[in-house]
Amino acid sequence: MKIIPTAAAEPSSVRQNFISIAGIAKSFPARRGLVEALGRVDLDIEQSEFVSIIGPSGCGKSTLLLLLAGLEQPTAGRISIGNRLVQDPVSDLGIVFQQDLLLDWRTAIENVVIQAEIRGLPRKPAVEQARRLLAMVGLEGFEGAYPYQLSGGMRQRVSICRALLHNPPLVIMDEPFGALDALTRDQMQLDLLRLWSHNRMTVVFVTHSISEAVFLSDRVVVMSPRPGRIETIMSIDLTRPRRLSIRDTAEFIHYNHQLIAIFKKLGVLREDE
Amino acid sequence: MSTQKIISETIIARIPRGDAFYAAATFLAVIGLWQLATQALSIPSYLLPSPLAIMNDLRTHWPIILLHTWFTAFEVLVGFAISTLVGIPLAVALTYSRTFDKSVYPLIVGSQVVPKIAVAPMLLAWFGFGMFPKIVIVVLVAFFPIVINTVVGLRSSPIEMSRLASSMGATAAQTFWKFRLPNALPNIFAGLKMATILAVIGATVAEFVGADKGVGYLIMIAGSDFNIERQFSAVLALSALAVVFYWLTDCAEKVFIPWHVSVRSNK
Repeated sequence: MKIIPTAAAEPSSVRQNFISIAGIAKSFPARRGLVEALGRVDLDIEQSEFVSIIGPSGCGKSTLLLLLAGLEQPTAGRISIGNRLVQDPVSDLGIVFQQDLLLDWRTAIENVVIQAEIRGLPRKPAVEQARRLLAMVGLEGFEGAYPYQLSGGMRQRVSICRALLHNPPLVIMDEPFGALDALTRDQMQLDLLRLWSHNRMTVVFVTHSISEAVFLSDRVVVMSPRPGRIETIMSIDLTRPRRLSIRDTAEFIHYNHQLIAIFKKLGVLREDE
Repeated sequence: MSTQKIISETIIARIPRGDAFYAAATFLAVIGLWQLATQALSIPSYLLPSPLAIMNDLRTHWPIILLHTWFTAFEVLVGFAISTLVGIPLAVALTYSRTFDKSVYPLIVGSQVVPKIAVAPMLLAWFGFGMFPKIVIVVLVAFFPIVINTVVGLRSSPIEMSRLASSMGATAAQTFWKFRLPNALPNIFAGLKMATILAVIGATVAEFVGADKGVGYLIMIAGSDFNIERQFSAVLALSALAVVFYWLTDCAEKVFIPWHVSVRSNK
């Protein structure tokens, strides 16, 4: 349950392999034998890197995240995070799901602070940190609001703050903006990048959206339909900090086209000639 | 299960406050018509007493009615408390132990086909005319909605919630007290509200079967005396009792889950 003191605070130039996923596979028992959800995935992720995983529904993206967090056990292969083998739930991380999973009976700030409460961290600095994080995503003044008083985007912002409260070296996000409208989604992407450039944590981000993946990431991992395998890994060499206008640049559009071409080749996207 | 929730939350709890005036006016109009009808049509009072006659009976004989209401209230309260203290921990055990769930849950659900009131004469034979067999009946009827609703509430916690808790390094106890139990409270209260109403019914019918005190006993005695005013008075007393119990549970709900939608819509 120990928390690695922010190794992520090091300058990003001294990057090192932080996560190593080697030969990971996962099968589930089903009515007719085993269903292979994820087949043989190898992936290394550097410290402070922003990696998106993109692929069709059922390709095992979410399974991969659960394996990474130690919340599911692989059928084969091994994962290590910061030189520690993942064998049981990893607590040195923050998780954000598509559902915000806020506790209805707690105010926004208390929903963030629960992270420290469960971990037995001192309350006072946790409350201060929660206040800072909420302010960073534009929720100043909403600390005392209950989840039902917040919009979907605001709720998801609170859940992101909760995932970051203990300054984890790794944050995993499973389609966190999937349920939000397009405008809110744009704002959330900007907020996330701001938090990321501030905290310098490693982010593994699962999404269905090609442009979201390109906009946010250092690298985009493309997965094939079930059983999920890594099809391509694409480095996104766009300047940071990224602004919305970058989406109009030729490079950005080029990355999008390349990814669309890959999904066409995989048969995930089809269009009439 | 969901029907119980709908009955207790929607029908009763969600009556908008502003509409109370209309409801009260209609009620008074019906009482007025009743009064007029009994006089104008000269209905014999042993068939249908006038509202004024019932009021009169309540006014002159309230000490005896109140006394019997106390006994029934005691049975309801003790039975309800036992149902809660046994029902909620049982539901927790059912949720956490697969084996216990498989071996006990079907029996609890299956036992609901037994009309509990039919057991009352046996309880009378075993435990006599006192309050104890009535409390047993109250527990038998009130226990079920509490257990079922608590189980539903505890199970409705999404899998991601426990994953989130694990990622924080939460112990099983922390997951239960900080995530699962609060999450189940709205369902638990739905069960408790259902149980308050059932408990009053259970106690009354148990007293019908054989008792020497309580409102059920009062009704039986009044029935054999053809004292229909008293029967109406007793019904009013029982209704008042049920309302007070329901109201107390409702207040507890407002204290414990002010954040829940069923409570908020009342504001």
